[in-house]
Amino acid sequence: MDIGWYLVLSAFIFCIGLTGVLTRRSPLVILICLELMLNGGNLALAAFARMTGTADGQVFALIVMIVAACEVVIGLGLIVAMFRNRLPMDVDEMSELRG
Amino acid sequence: MSATTYGWLVLAFPLAGSIVIALGWRSLPGRTAGLIGSAAIGLAFVNAVAALIQLQGESADHRALTSSLWDYAVTSGVDVKLGILVDPLAVFMALVVSGVSFLIHVYSVAYMDSDRGYRRYFSYLNFFVFSMLLLVLAGNLVILIVGWAFVGFASYALISFWYRRRTATYAGIKAFVINVVGDVALVIAAILIQRETGALDFVGVFKRAPEAFTQNEWLIVAICLLILVGAFAKSAQLPLHTWLPDAMEGPTPVSALIHAATMVTAGVYLIARTHPLFELAPTAADISAAIGVLTFLFAASVALVVTDLKRIIAYSTISQIGYMIVGVSIAAYSAGLFHLMTHAFFKALMFMAAGSVIAAMGGNQDIDRMSGLRRALPVTFAGFLVAALALGAFPGFSGYFSKDEILAFAAERGGGYLWIYIAGTVGAFVTAMYAFRMLFRVFGGPASPEARELEQGHLHHGEPVNPMTGEPEDTDVGYPGPEHHIAERERSMAVPMVLLAVLSVIGGVIQIPGVTHVIENFLEPTFADSPFVDLDVSGGTEALVLIVGAWTSLIGIGVAWVLWLERPGITVDLARRLPRLHTFLQHKWYFDELYDFAIVRPLRALGRACSTGFERVVIQGMVGSTAAAVRVGNSLVRVAQTGLLRYYALLLLVGVGGLALYFLVVSS
Repeated sequence: MDIGWYLVLSAFIFCIGLTGVLTRRSPLVILICLELMLNGGNLALAAFARMTGTADGQVFALIVMIVAACEVVIGLGLIVAMFRNRLPMDVDEMSELRG
Repeated sequence: MSATTYGWLVLAFPLAGSIVIALGWRSLPGRTAGLIGSAAIGLAFVNAVAALIQLQGESADHRALTSSLWDYAVTSGVDVKLGILVDPLAVFMALVVSGVSFLIHVYSVAYMDSDRGYRRYFSYLNFFVFSMLLLVLAGNLVILIVGWAFVGFASYALISFWYRRRTATYAGIKAFVINVVGDVALVIAAILIQRETGALDFVGVFKRAPEAFTQNEWLIVAICLLILVGAFAKSAQLPLHTWLPDAMEGPTPVSALIHAATMVTAGVYLIARTHPLFELAPTAADISAAIGVLTFLFAASVALVVTDLKRIIAYSTISQIGYMIVGVSIAAYSAGLFHLMTHAFFKALMFMAAGSVIAAMGGNQDIDRMSGLRRALPVTFAGFLVAALALGAFPGFSGYFSKDEILAFAAERGGGYLWIYIAGTVGAFVTAMYAFRMLFRVFGGPASPEARELEQGHLHHGEPVNPMTGEPEDTDVGYPGPEHHIAERERSMAVPMVLLAVLSVIGGVIQIPGVTHVIENFLEPTFADSPFVDLDVSGGTEALVLIVGAWTSLIGIGVAWVLWLERPGITVDLARRLPRLHTFLQHKWYFDELYDFAIVRPLRALGRACSTGFERVVIQGMVGSTAAAVRVGNSLVRVAQTGLLRYYALLLLVGVGGLALYFLVVSS
């Protein structure tokens, strides 16, 4: 099968995630969309690994997963902390860093 | 031990004394600090005597010994060692400095007794003597300048010793600033000497100077004039004399120390030390002599009208130093230094007696308030009388021989120097007048209330006030205040006075012109290369000068007797008839006003212009515009910082997308 289809699918998933990150305001959903973006990338890496017949791309994909896991731990931790402090679940309202 | 070892010990004791008192002041009860300080100077004197004995053991050609401890500064072409030069001149100065300083220390032990800064005082005092000894024993110009600057600092510290007295701190600053003028000139002179001769140690400089300079070349004249600026600043000669009368703000023994033993004699010593240079530059030597003449006439005239007792003595010092400067400038070295020695004796004595009088007056220094103290203070009166006789060159007293020795030399050289002799005689006449003006005004006449109380055995109790401003004295700073010690009732103060009185009387005997030549013979090895060393004053000239000097002194004293004791109305009448001359003299020839107008005010105006103009417009403008530029820049950058997470994500996307597009375009 042509590698092009895999890449198209990967780009599609990535764009869905990106759109979600840019449009949604709930931190939880943004986190989910981030996962989508990462996994879109993973798909492309895996496809390239298949194409070249080496394991490099797969190793990269595994590393991305580990990074994603770490990121989710921190992100979920932050969200739990926000719930605990009864902060609004809206990233647009949390703009204290405005210069 | 060799003479140089004793030379080092002379330096070591006062320095050690100063450090011990400065560091151990907490654990020094009562008068211990004074005793330590006196002992340190006493040991320095003993070692100076030992150096003298050692030096006399050498043959006459080998009486200039150098010794160095270590390298002080060695760089390309400059080789300076921490070294001393022990020769007859240095030993002579060390003897006078340490001897008279010792007596002044002993006097101070009781005089400063009730002062709260007692230990600080003795630490400074020892440091002062150490600096002066370093100056006279220095083996090269650099060490001499180090000692020179130390003396300047020590004088500053001691003049403003009562630091809560505003006038005292001003006087200290004034002395320091004027001394720095001299320091700078001396440093420039040393640099020029190093450049031309390639040496900085005295022996090397004097050996190479005749080859490096032609006779009276402009450069050597310039160097000598720079040395003179340094000497005049320290020795309070015109036009750098204004600090000395103000230096009277310090405690009276400090005045004695500055005037008699240390500090002001440094300039005379410097000219004597660098005499080979001055012999190459006769023009500079003549300028120096002329300024000396002007100075002693000026100071003597001012001393006639000033009414502050200590300031009269200060002007008399300026005047007497003028005689010494004339002496060493016209190559009458031994005579100039002889006068330095006798002056040290009678001036120290005069200050001690004045300190006693001021104590009896409860801190008041105005001679208009004093009279008839002779019965209340008999020992002080006797001391002051001896000092005044010596200062007024009464026949037989030390000042008579030493001053006339200088004048006889001037007369013998003839030509233009004859004018120096004439001016010197006029100066001597005025000197006798003002010396006895002090004596008659203070001790003669009816007894003042203070004197009457003293005669009944107790001290007049007055509120201490600052003699300059009339402000009440802040006795908390340690000003002796009501607990003054009167010299003749304290043995440790009376003994130095008696010793100095004896020296003032017989000090002249060792060098009676034409009869004895102790000092001249002793100093001869130092001045052996001088072309005038063989100039012997003929017996006829000497006899003439001595006779004229005796009559001048007697007439001066007689005039003073008439003016201030017999008919005191005459002076008041004179002051009224010649108001211009009187105010001119009372304002000390307007020197302070001139400096205020020519230097102080322009500088202050410049400072004000800088603070209002330059500072406010240029400096503040630069700082302000930098701040404004930063503010404008950050207001532009701040727009991007919205704080919205999704906005940042979009910016990230745009950036990464832009980069990706760029590489796509470049690579295709």
